[in-house]
Amino acid sequence: MSKIYPNAAAALAGLPQDGMTIMSGGFGLCGIPENLIVALRDSGAKNLTVISNNAGVDGFGLGLLLESKQTKKMISSYVGENKEFERQFLSGELELEFNPQGTLAERIRAGGAGIPGFYTKTGVGTLVAEGKEHKDFDGATYVLETALKADISLIKAWKADEEGNLIYRKTARNFNPMMATAGKITIVEVEEIVACGELDADNIHTPGIYVDRIVCGSFEKRIENRTIRAKEMA
Amino acid sequence: MAWTRDQLAARAAKELRDGFYVNLGIGIPTLVANHIPAGVNVTLQSENGMLGMGPYPYEDEIDPDLINAGKQTISELPHSSYFSSSDSFAMIRGGHINLSILGAMEVSQNGDLANWMVPGKMVKGMGGAMDLVAGVRRCVVVMDHCSKDGRSKLLKKCELPLTGVRVVDLIITDLGVFEVDKVGNSPLRLIELADGISVEEIAAKTQADFVVDLK
Repeated sequence: MSKIYPNAAAALAGLPQDGMTIMSGGFGLCGIPENLIVALRDSGAKNLTVISNNAGVDGFGLGLLLESKQTKKMISSYVGENKEFERQFLSGELELEFNPQGTLAERIRAGGAGIPGFYTKTGVGTLVAEGKEHKDFDGATYVLETALKADISLIKAWKADEEGNLIYRKTARNFNPMMATAGKITIVEVEEIVACGELDADNIHTPGIYVDRIVCGSFEKRIENRTIRAKEMA
Repeated sequence: MAWTRDQLAARAAKELRDGFYVNLGIGIPTLVANHIPAGVNVTLQSENGMLGMGPYPYEDEIDPDLINAGKQTISELPHSSYFSSSDSFAMIRGGHINLSILGAMEVSQNGDLANWMVPGKMVKGMGGAMDLVAGVRRCVVVMDHCSKDGRSKLLKKCELPLTGVRVVDLIITDLGVFEVDKVGNSPLRLIELADGISVEEIAAKTQADFVVDLK
């Protein structure tokens, strides 16, 4: 059975339903599954809980799902780049759960690894630990955080082989590897699909067992903060 | 004269030691990278998944797949490595990062830090700040001594929601440098003055208890 689909819409066909929990990889706009997000918007599924480190920007990335009012709740660590997000949140249309970034990453990793919860020092004594179980280990206090899973994980990788073995490129890796493990169904968009054997088996970042569907896309790869240095004069 | 942003960053850079793995926050802490002392080699960590962060790229080197935690385009170095967010925060939470330099809205005299949330204002989120202060071995705060409305940011007790409890080791403000006793209950120790700043001026602008122990 081939995992390869002709386009993002076909890769999502029949899967999105109202009320689902969706994970979407990326940090800022780097390494986001930009074509699958468009396809999810076009599916019309509503009341979605979206787990992603950030919320995209106006008109791009997860900002698209906010504009179309398909997102009911976001679980993120930082959402500062999106005016529509701010408007919906302040008007009470959108629920928001902030997680410390490392706690968010580890909750997702735990979800994919069959670990229901873990103790961390992060956030002890702050708002994020209120109401949660605490426990002391070796004289320090830790807080219990629980695993996160998704109905569908949307992933961006650099290359896949036909089996779904993935490699990511530079800092576009970020949340994608954990999210690939934590989805009941994991759909990946890549820049290139190669034959099995063409990727070095010693250098696979995500093994194909986690990958259900693959689509090859073209990418805008929008840059949020273009910072450069001047060439030194010879 | 109070220290400028660049002078603050230069003072913070004196906390770097050869061989350190360091995470720099957004704002003035980012400028610390421009002041690394000669003979000191540090490896900069970016919590979105990179060790060995290089300088901003030349225009023809810009790569949208290569950004720092401030979402700025950056470059790589020969010893750079990339990893996932969970690996990145395992390295932070696990105490493998020697030093974090970050900004603050308030710091208390026992090292509590507030730098992510002002009630009643739109909250952008804590990002990786809570994980960093809980996990790194040493935490240095770089900030203005007073807020824009003239209130002391060094307090007996923070008023804003906390980022971490008893996490700050050293506070560098535009007026001076303070050591923090984050284990016991001693007052801050004022160990350095910015050029031309008097102890009296600091006393007038500081709500936290401090003792003078200039070095």
